[in-house]
Amino acid sequence: MRQDHLITATQLSRPDIEAMLDRAREIDESREAFEQRYSGSVLALCFFEPSTRTKMSFETAAKRLGAETIDMGSVESSSVKKGESLADTVRVIEGYADALVLRHPSEGSAKMASEFVDVPVINAGDGAGQHPSQTLLDLHTIRERHGLDDLTIGIMGDLKYGRTVHSLASALTNFDANQHFISPESLRLPRSVRFDLHEAGAQVREHTDLEAILPELDVLYVTRIQRERFPDENEYREIAGEYRIDADTLSAAREDLTVMHPLPRVDEIAADVDETDHARYFEQAHNGVPVRMALLDMLLGGGSE
Amino acid sequence: MSPDRELRVSKIRNGTVIDHITGGQSLNVLAILGIDGSEEFSVSIGMNVPSDRLGHKDILKVEGRELSQSEVDVLSLIAPEATINIVRDYEVVEKNRVEPPAEVVGVLSCPNRNCISNDDEPVETRFTVMADGVRCDYCSEILRDRLAEHIDV
Repeated sequence: MRQDHLITATQLSRPDIEAMLDRAREIDESREAFEQRYSGSVLALCFFEPSTRTKMSFETAAKRLGAETIDMGSVESSSVKKGESLADTVRVIEGYADALVLRHPSEGSAKMASEFVDVPVINAGDGAGQHPSQTLLDLHTIRERHGLDDLTIGIMGDLKYGRTVHSLASALTNFDANQHFISPESLRLPRSVRFDLHEAGAQVREHTDLEAILPELDVLYVTRIQRERFPDENEYREIAGEYRIDADTLSAAREDLTVMHPLPRVDEIAADVDETDHARYFEQAHNGVPVRMALLDMLLGGGSE
Repeated sequence: MSPDRELRVSKIRNGTVIDHITGGQSLNVLAILGIDGSEEFSVSIGMNVPSDRLGHKDILKVEGRELSQSEVDVLSLIAPEATINIVRDYEVVEKNRVEPPAEVVGVLSCPNRNCISNDDEPVETRFTVMADGVRCDYCSEILRDRLAEHIDV
């Protein structure tokens, strides 16, 4: 793969994904071979929204490659607070770093930023848009457990605003994967994602209830339904309650079902699931490091040996 | 169409006749052209005129004004069957069908309020034209109906 930026999962082909995940596997197996490979490089972490996992795993990935990281601190203490445009911010930071990781509340922000700078931009979440580096680590987790072909996956929760869902669903169209989408009516996939899935020849199978489809699934990908998506507290409680799983729910699932979650979770996966063999969300989060190392390797070095 | 049902509007000397506009869209076409009546142009509008080809059509005659390419591009999105006749000295010197462009830049606003193109950033909106609508190059939002409501010129 030789890409300038990683903005959306729709830009990733099957060979791109496979090359990146092969590299992540290689890094996992012999991390020392990659240490110090990017000594002297600087990665800028531009987070206009709070982040724990994504930011820390990019930071760890950079450091394990020998690169330094710089960040803007909190938005409150930065020049953004003074009204600076994103276009100006990234043009300044471009002069400090070899690549930018950007999280921003507006959809399309990473795409716009990429038009203003010459260094690689990695979209680490643009509003309710995309989160493609999360998708790579999701795919890595699925691939190591089940492989990516001949796969039946259920994606559940907030499919409308869930950027990890949008990226994962479109990346999976590169593989022989049956995708089932489980959500309340008001949080179904947005039109643009549905359009991309149809264009890619994927079937969009939608359900409002997990029960009927659960026994067929190899993977159940759970996302959080947020309080602010609903006008009132009671409606939220009632609906969110229907999309919660616990160990008992999973008794109807296949033995080798993998349960994933981009985290943070609140209570959509009960703690008793953690004790089962289904739970893979912590492993999934840990995969963020080798996968992001592979991604940085591809973007900074073109993936060369 | 029988002669007695024909639209009777005087010929223009120099300007543009936009014919075969989708019925009811002529006011939106005027909006695209930035014509609101405060200019000196003389403008004739025929709305929902019977048409063999379209059933009903709108027709616009604008004295002293020719269209730019970007105006024609947007016009093609809301009136894909339109024909544009350039008139000079009472004669039609050019007759063109509109053709949808590959993209429209700086003329539509994104309906997604959370799109970066609606923030205070130094970028023009940019939409890729699809078979049955347009798609924002920034946030991927698809706009099919009510395109005219998002014209921002």
